[in-house]
Amino acid sequence: MSEQEKIREIVIISGKGGTGKTSVAASFAVLATGRAVVADCDVDAADLHLVLAPRIIESTDFKSGHEAVILREKCTACGLCAELCRFGAVKLSPNNQYRIDPVACEGCGVCVRLCPAGAIAFPERLCGEWMVSETRCGPMVHACLGVAAENSGKLVSLVRREARRIACEKGLPLIVTDGPPGIGCPVIASMTGASQVLVVTEPTVSGEHDLERVLKLARHFDIPTSVCVNKWDINPEMTERIERKAEASGAQVVGRIRYDRLVTAAQIQAKAVVETDAPSAEDIRSVWEKLGLE
Amino acid sequence: MIIAVASGKGGTGKTTVAVNLASVRGAGMVLLDCDVEEPNAHLFLKGELCGEPEAVSISVPEVDESLCDGCGECSRFCAYKALAVLAKRVLVFPEMCHGCGGCMRVCPKGAIREAPKRIGVVETVKSGMLTLIQGRLDVGVAMAPPLIRAVKARMPKDGDAILDAPPGTSCPVVATLRETDYVVLVTEPTPFGLNDLKLAVAVVRELKMPFGVVVNRAGSGDGRVQEYCRDEWIPVLAEIPDDRRIAEAYSRGELIVDALPLYRGLFETLWAAVREGDGSNGSPNRPLVRAVSMQREAAPREGHEEASTPKRVFDGEARTPQGGVPTGETQGRTLT
Repeated sequence: MSEQEKIREIVIISGKGGTGKTSVAASFAVLATGRAVVADCDVDAADLHLVLAPRIIESTDFKSGHEAVILREKCTACGLCAELCRFGAVKLSPNNQYRIDPVACEGCGVCVRLCPAGAIAFPERLCGEWMVSETRCGPMVHACLGVAAENSGKLVSLVRREARRIACEKGLPLIVTDGPPGIGCPVIASMTGASQVLVVTEPTVSGEHDLERVLKLARHFDIPTSVCVNKWDINPEMTERIERKAEASGAQVVGRIRYDRLVTAAQIQAKAVVETDAPSAEDIRSVWEKLGLE
Repeated sequence: MIIAVASGKGGTGKTTVAVNLASVRGAGMVLLDCDVEEPNAHLFLKGELCGEPEAVSISVPEVDESLCDGCGECSRFCAYKALAVLAKRVLVFPEMCHGCGGCMRVCPKGAIREAPKRIGVVETVKSGMLTLIQGRLDVGVAMAPPLIRAVKARMPKDGDAILDAPPGTSCPVVATLRETDYVVLVTEPTPFGLNDLKLAVAVVRELKMPFGVVVNRAGSGDGRVQEYCRDEWIPVLAEIPDDRRIAEAYSRGELIVDALPLYRGLFETLWAAVREGDGSNGSPNRPLVRAVSMQREAAPREGHEEASTPKRVFDGEARTPQGGVPTGETQGRTLT
């Protein structure tokens, strides 16, 4: 087994947003201090840095794909590009000039290739940046996607690859990854090839519904999955039901975290919950122990 | 009027705002659940499914091996690496395909045609006097935007509609917000809420859309979200208090306006504020108008037209010029 393969990676996801993924991930980062690289893969709306206060060591532009740009002086306004574009990105302005809406353009290059006047340029697109940082818990890799930019899945893969490289280089056995919500492209990019997934859910109709879909996704990719219910005491009956469902689908239930207003207080102080004496800190520690990553 | 309810951060209460707002409006309102990865509005607006779910497909390439000579032009062209040529045979990876149709057009042998690949379904639910149209992405499918566009294509031509957007700031959100009249950004008064609100504001400003903010769980954190909105001249349309009864009603799948009628007025006021913010009722919201002129004076939009995709700096502050106000559709770019 190579060094790279020995490294374990736990990815924290949720399906539904706002269930407490990042609060749990920040606490795990603290509990794994000195043993892990932290990766923030919620590149759309990254928050982990607000708690871990990283000092950026290196920041790199994330360029991905291209975007079409019409060269006005060459354009004959034939309209073929507008006809060909499947994304509705070619607009005709009132003065009869065609132009590309950069937000709608998906960079396929069809118009560039087929424009009879060769009037469409195809420069590389800047989609955001990614950073390697140092935190009080250890190294961290994180990113931010450009405003309304695409390719978040690719940026997620890049962040994870870099985290793995650093773990390998520094001989750290673990990667703690904070994943994005949902079940689409960035989530798939966050979990493929991970050694373990932890789903943080909540006892609400939405939490229950989204958990089912995210568990199905984890099964689809055949990744060992654990579940913990956050704010479990908001609705104890539903917590029971969710745990039974999770077990029935082959996931391991690794504990409950109580509803605790001090979680927000910790966030305001830029501390991980386990760095405070909030009652729920004890619950998070117990989840961490059950995961057996020590 | 088409209103999109969005937020950078997940779990701030987008669906709560969308379903309760639709509910106080009542008859004829159409709610479109564009959070196709995790559609939740149906959990609160229960009703009968109208007809069978409609399957939505995108077009992906299919290679006729009797015509293909393995030249590899298709895979060289494909920007998404959805085609690869191995030993003169073309392999298609439909999950990578954006459906641009380019491979079909560049193939010198005419060996590629398009075949539909299912990505999910669109369902219509009648819930009392409301209509809910929702997309449901198949598990394992990466590409949400085509399904979001399919949901939006079923939007009524006139009348009011509310769109429940997915969380985040990337393509699925942009696909939802495009061509709507007003965006309600839901946030919570916490550092995460504020950080993600700033990201969402950068997106709606980039799209040049009018917007306002709803603060959910008001009182649970600090006052920095409200301060930020005041400094940026962003109207706070409503504040939903941090009330455990709301969380409990939500957990059971109940509408706040039904379970806790005292909050009905709050959503009615929110609707009125949204209408005023849009200005479509002829009485534009005065503070918003003032915000427009103040912002223009304070931050000239220099160099914006030539700017490439704006970057966000690390603390979430937008590097984009601070234009909070619609000035027509998204500016295109022309190199000269």
